[in-house]
Parts: sequence; C-alpha cells; structure tokens
Amino acid sequence: MEDLQLMVSGLANGCVYGLVALGFVLIYKATEQVNFAQGDMMMLGAFVAIGLGNESHAGLPFWLACAGAVFAMGAVGMAMERTLLRPLFGQSQIAVVILTIAFGFVLRFAAGAIWGHDPLVMDNPVAGAHVAFGQVVLGADEIAVIAVTVLLTGLLFLFFSRTKLGIAMQAASQNQLAAYYMGIPVKRIHGITWMLAGVTAAVAGILFAAKGSVDPSAGFLGIKAFAAAVIGGFGSLPGALLGGLIIGLVEPFAARYVAAGYAQIAPYAVLILVLIFRPHGLVAQVRGKKL
Amino acid sequence: MSGALLEIRHLESYYGPVLAVRGISLDVPAGAIVALLGANGAGKTTVLKTISGVLNPDKGTVRFAGEPIARKEPDAIVRQGLVHVPEGREIFPLLSVAQNLAMGAYSRTDRGIPDDIESVLGYFPILRERLAQSAGTLSGGQQQMLALARGLMARPKLMLLDEPSLGLSPLLVRGIFSVIRRLNQEHGIGVLLVEQNANLALDIADFGYVMETGRIVLDGPAETLKQSRDIQEFYLGGNPDSPRGERRWKRRKSWR
Ligand SMILES: Nc1ncnc2c1ncn2[C@@H]1O[C@H](COP(=O)(O)OP(=O)(O)OP(=O)(O)O)[C@@H](O)[C@H]1O
Ligand SMILES: [Mg+2]
Repeated sequence: MEDLQLMVSGLANGCVYGLVALGFVLIYKATEQVNFAQGDMMMLGAFVAIGLGNESHAGLPFWLACAGAVFAMGAVGMAMERTLLRPLFGQSQIAVVILTIAFGFVLRFAAGAIWGHDPLVMDNPVAGAHVAFGQVVLGADEIAVIAVTVLLTGLLFLFFSRTKLGIAMQAASQNQLAAYYMGIPVKRIHGITWMLAGVTAAVAGILFAAKGSVDPSAGFLGIKAFAAAVIGGFGSLPGALLGGLIIGLVEPFAARYVAAGYAQIAPYAVLILVLIFRPHGLVAQVRGKKL
Repeated sequence: MSGALLEIRHLESYYGPVLAVRGISLDVPAGAIVALLGANGAGKTTVLKTISGVLNPDKGTVRFAGEPIARKEPDAIVRQGLVHVPEGREIFPLLSVAQNLAMGAYSRTDRGIPDDIESVLGYFPILRERLAQSAGTLSGGQQQMLALARGLMARPKLMLLDEPSLGLSPLLVRGIFSVIRRLNQEHGIGVLLVEQNANLALDIADFGYVMETGRIVLDGPAETLKQSRDIQEFYLGGNPDSPRGERRWKRRKSWR
C-alpha cells in the first residue's frame, strides 16, 4: 500500500520533470539549441500563477491565474527567442549555453526581488483534498498533476500529428533547408517553438507549486529534467516524458530503500546506466535527422 | 528582353569571403524551359539558392513576374509562385509521403490541395502506393520524384530544378524529364533547369546558359548550343585531352 502511494507521488513528481524535459527537447529539436533556463522558466511560471491567483497577492480566480501564467510564459518564451536567441542562431553552442544559463540567473534574481525568497504554495481547488481507493489514500493534487500531464501530452500529440503547423514544425526540425525551400517560415516556427516551451514550463510550474511549494531556486530542478531528457534520447518528446517519469519514480523508492546519502544520486546513477547500455537514450530516433 | 517571368541582372553572391557568383544575368521567359549548365562547382546551385531567397545576393537584381524578390524571405518568394526543388533529395525523412506532399502546399490556403495531390500522383503513380510510408524509407529515385511532386504542390509559376536526374537510372531519368516537359506544356510552368546531363537538358530546353567559375561563358537557343563545339567538347563527352581542355584549365588558374 505504501509502495503504491510512493509510486503515485513519484509519478506526480516525474510529470513535472517530464514537462520541463519536454521543453528542453522541443527547443533542441527545432533549433539544435539547449535552453538551460528551462527550469527557471518553470519557476517563473509558478510565481506568475501565484502572483495572479493567491489570496495574499492579486487574488484572481484560479483558472484565470493559470491562463494568465500560461499566456505570460508563452510570451516570455517567444520574446527570448526573438531578442536573445535569433541573433545567435548558427553561432557556437557554447554561446547559447552561457546565454541561457545567465538568463536563468536573471529570472531567479527577478523572482526573488518580486516575490521574495520564502517558499510559496499556490492556492488551488484540490489543496489538501484526498482520494481514497479502499485502504489507499492518495493526494488529490497528485492525481490532478498526473491527469493534467496526460491531457497536455495528448494535446501536444494531436497538435504535432494532425495540424498543419505541427507537421510543419516536425518538417523544419527534420530538414531545415528543405523547409525553407517549401516556404515554411522557419524563423517564425522557432519563435512558436519557444512559445510552446514557455507554455509547458508554465504548466509544469503551476503543477509544481500546487502540489508542493516554490521558491526562486526551484529552477534547479531543471538539472534533473535535463537528465530525464537525456535518458529519453534528447530528440524524442515521448522519451522526455518517459525519462521524467523514470526519475520521478526512482527518487522516492531510492529514498525509502537505499541508504541515506546514496539516495540522492539514484537519478544520476540511472542516467549513467542508460548512457552505458543505450547511448542514444531509451527512445532514440535511430534514422535521425538529416541536418 | 523585359517582361520575362524571371529576370536576373548582374547578380553577385558570396559564401563568407568566397565570391561564388560573379555577376550573372539571365532570363526565363514565361512558359519556357531554360537550362543552366556547367561543371561541378561552377556556381549553378548558388544561383538557384540566391533566386529562391535562401542566400542573399551582394549585388544585382532578381525580378519575378515584374517584382523585385532579391533579399526577400524564402517563404514570401514561394507564396509568389516560385519553387526551388533542391539537389540531393531533400525530403522530410520521418514524415509520410502524404505529409511531405502536404508540406509542399504549406504556402497555400485555398481548397484545391486535395485535387492537386490527386493530379500530382497522376504524374508519379509510384508515390500513390507509398502515401503512408515514411519518406526516408523510399528508394533514391522515389525520393527524387517525391521532391519534385512536393515542389509542384505549391502550384508554382516557375520551378527551379537542381539536377533532378542525379543518381537515377537512365529509364527513370527519361521518365522524370518527360514529366518536366509535360508540366511545362500542360500547365505552362516555367522551368530553370540545372543539369550535368547537358544533352538531355538541351533536348527539352528552349534556351541554355553555360556557367564556369561563377560567370556565364556561353548562352543561346538550345539547338544552337547543342551544335556548339565547346559544348560538344566539355559537356557532351568531348576529348578531355584536347588543347581546348588545357586552355580552360589555364584560364581558371589566371582567375585566382
Ligand atoms: N556553403 C558554402 N560555403 C562556402 N563555399 C561554398 C558553399 N557552397 C558552395 N560553395 C562554393 O561555391 C562554389 C559554387 O558552388 P555551387 O554549389 O553553386 O556549384 P554547382 O555549380 O552547383 O556545382 P555542382 O554541379 O557540383 O552541384 C564552389 O566553389 C563551392 O565550393
Ligand atoms: Mg549544384
């Protein structure tokens, strides 16, 4: 019974990792750039939602606050691409790495200056509620996190497989030059990709702040999400989610069954094992992309 | 020759410090097939890339249907009806054949797309059997047909074709060239055709230009070019040890 509870709470954490990992992979697939500020964008999304929705702050209705945070982070993502990343496109990877790490610092500092450094919890409709299945009692927040993640994943899947824009985004990531030749506006698509990464960061942030608490350093969770993306193959959206879930599940079980002091390294041990036995990650796209 | 569908004047394009196209002027009249010939590295692909907007020229003008298009974004140029089918089977490997075709029509918003897929499949029946297959698993020749078919989906007024015969069996080459001719005759699509196979290209072209190291060194009606001794020697399998061949090598040296 306890294991089941551990599993559900691990899955809920894993959903947050997975969504942040999804942001990494979205941007990487589209632009071959790695956004090391993805974790901090999640943190910012959480604070925007809290700032809009909590009684102690602006006190807007929950759903309005969520929509506001999603919208704001989409705009932040798009603005980042337009102003910071586009001029660097085609430049060395290291420039992008340093730029996004620095941008993460800026976001952390800004969040601390605006909302303070104490942990905050987002007011939400299921706060404190529990759901009992027989003898098993699960947090309603954790179930909600899993449900929202499943829903968002489904929407993203439909978007990428059914809509013209989604297919064009796949096309541009598989063969950027050919996409140019076909009249696909590749630069605008990069902007839209960053917007999507901002939106998933906001959703991840809302989920994170609703089931736990958030402070300006919460963005360091991005490191685990990065590991999750690598485990999943770093080119695969389902892989990123899977990697997130694996790390989410490994953590609570390691904490429970492995000697204290070793438990924290469990996610990275998994990462190393995966890299040794499946160097291209669990969901490698073997034929891969052309460019 | 004003009023041509495509009108290029004094075009110069660089790759970084490398001047790859050194002041080229050429015309493609509406409804014509024009061949652009030349040895490897002459700059043919660079000319096409500059026309389609993937590369910005440093000097010169490109007018398409009367409008200047140099330095415009490639998607704007495609929307005007000018499509570039690049060399080397640049398809979207993980998308299905049908999705590749749909991407060819990305710039369009009209309702004619399903009908056009039908008519394009009429030209390339093999693709019909493979609509659901991912394009990366097609054979090389099939990928070449897909690239051409995908370009057609934009309903172009002018197509830039970069070595459509590259790596195809003689039978397939003839098939593809007859499709190009039909497209030109049945739909009046203008074609700027880059080819290594000069004989075939001049067979279907109305007019031809020959490039060497970034310049046009010869032009004329296709019939005339086919008779020309230079063309015979250099591009139609003349004797490579002829004194003319040596002179060409020297001339190249002197441009460094
Ligand atoms: N991306 C690039 N960067 C630097 N130089 C380039 C680049 N692409 C082409 N070049 C150079 O520009 C010149 C013209 O190249 P281009 O591809 O236009 O030749 P081409 O006539 O199409 O040759 P081929 O028949 O082999 O396709 C060549 O000398 C080539 O080395
Ligand atoms: Mg070429």
